[in-house]
Amino acid sequence: MKWLGALAVAVLLALPAVLSSYALTVFILILFYGFLGQAWNIVGGYTGQLSAGHAAFVGVGGYTAALLSSEYGLTPWLGMFVGAALAAGLGAVIGYLGFRFGLRGFYFVLLTVAFAEVCRILVSNVDALGGALGLYITFTGNPRQFQFQDQRAYYYIALALLLLATGVVAGIERRRFGIYLTAIREDETACEALGVDTFKYKMLAMVASSFLTGLGGTFYAFYLFSLQPSTVFGIPLSVEIVIRPIIGGAGTLLGPVLGSFILTPLAELSRQYFGQSGLHGAHLIVYGVLLISVVLFLPRGAYPVVRRLFRRA
Amino acid sequence: MSAPGPQPARPGPLLSVERLSRSFGGLQAVKDLSFAVDEGEIVALIGPNGAGKTTAFALLSGFLTPDAGRVSFRGHDLRGLRPHQVNALGLARTFQIMRPFPRLTVVRNVMIATLGRHASPAVAEARARDILAELDLAAKADVQAASLTLAERKRLELARALGTEPVLLLLDEVMSGLTGAETERIVELVRGVNRRGVAILLIEHVMRAVMSLAQRIVVLNYGERIAEGRPDAVARDPRVIEAYLGDEGVSGAPA
Repeated sequence: MKWLGALAVAVLLALPAVLSSYALTVFILILFYGFLGQAWNIVGGYTGQLSAGHAAFVGVGGYTAALLSSEYGLTPWLGMFVGAALAAGLGAVIGYLGFRFGLRGFYFVLLTVAFAEVCRILVSNVDALGGALGLYITFTGNPRQFQFQDQRAYYYIALALLLLATGVVAGIERRRFGIYLTAIREDETACEALGVDTFKYKMLAMVASSFLTGLGGTFYAFYLFSLQPSTVFGIPLSVEIVIRPIIGGAGTLLGPVLGSFILTPLAELSRQYFGQSGLHGAHLIVYGVLLISVVLFLPRGAYPVVRRLFRRA
Repeated sequence: MSAPGPQPARPGPLLSVERLSRSFGGLQAVKDLSFAVDEGEIVALIGPNGAGKTTAFALLSGFLTPDAGRVSFRGHDLRGLRPHQVNALGLARTFQIMRPFPRLTVVRNVMIATLGRHASPAVAEARARDILAELDLAAKADVQAASLTLAERKRLELARALGTEPVLLLLDEVMSGLTGAETERIVELVRGVNRRGVAILLIEHVMRAVMSLAQRIVVLNYGERIAEGRPDAVARDPRVIEAYLGDEGVSGAPA
């Protein structure tokens, strides 16, 4: 299994040499959404706390790095950590409210959505933050400004983010922290009875997850050169973050990556296909059908199936 | 087994329950309940269904807060402590409706308990396997907990509680629904745990087991203590016979 992982990383490192520029864009999205899904996986997959508002952390991270760069000249390479820290702070607030007051299941989902929506509305109405129009980043092509002429640079940054998040999750999985998280997902009451401080571990999971997601915000801002409240804080982005790990296998190390490899190309193809025929948004139907099929036929995602195939081979 | 957690702040019984009360809406589930458990003792809490036994357990283990009264354990006032904090002091409980982590393996289930005392997963796993071997579950260590039989689940519940290395173990009907032989085995295991110095407070309807295990019995009815004493004395108490045991007395388990 170890050499398989090394092989996969080697292939991903070599890949840009042979990709067309369109294919490169698709791969950047695969890696980036895989990264966001992996960050979500910590709290949503392993811990079973279904955050449906993770876009808020992308937004906070992206806006922070963009504003620090444009207003104070701070390089986004540092700004991304400030943004991630603020996203983690927001994650801590949401986690505190949800976990201290025992909001479980749908109620936690609603809390996270509500926070993301409040962020969106707030940012849309503050002119200093660009208001509803958002922020636009002038292209300089300066690597110090997190900007590159060569698209392959974004590819490698996205790959680095994905490897970072996957490494973090692999580390968590092996430690006491990760073992506790999987038990919290199964039965919090039993955990408490066995001496597990469920509040503390859920908070840690939320903070780690929102920090990583916040890092992604900077990539989002400087890859697309623009931030709109409706996109970075919006429900559609939250759905994009959640749906990949669920389809790939929530609470498994490779589920989010697999999910992104399945879903991102599919989304791109159907977006293109339906977009050309004037059916904008029809790719969401594909998402819906896929999600229903997974829930019905593969309730634990695609990863267990793929692993079985590999074991047999 | 070494005693975990802080040492007693002052001498006294291991567990002392003083005038504990708790109601749910208009229902007084536990009323003015007082009793104590000494170091190394086995005490049974019996009474008809709805007498407040499980509520009492929830009050002792931090899952419910009392309306009045106090619980002290090893000299610590348990007021305001959350369940995991109570557990860390050395008081472990099982659940009447068993709560295994169904999708985790049996050994992982026990590791959730042992990790609290041994932060290293490797050590915690070794400790968990020792406990499983003791409870005849070694062969099931690597299967999912969801696939266990009722009797195995009861033993897993016990294994997990033991994994937290308690000085007082609260057992909520770990024998109900078991066959005679399975019950015998659990009685034997509980006695073995007690012999190592772990005090035990058990809720049980299987009277034969209660009579053979308990050194003292506390009888509840409508949330109140109606009798307390040595098993033979309690079994002859007319109030207990009327409220709970019935005319057949101690000869078998009530229906």
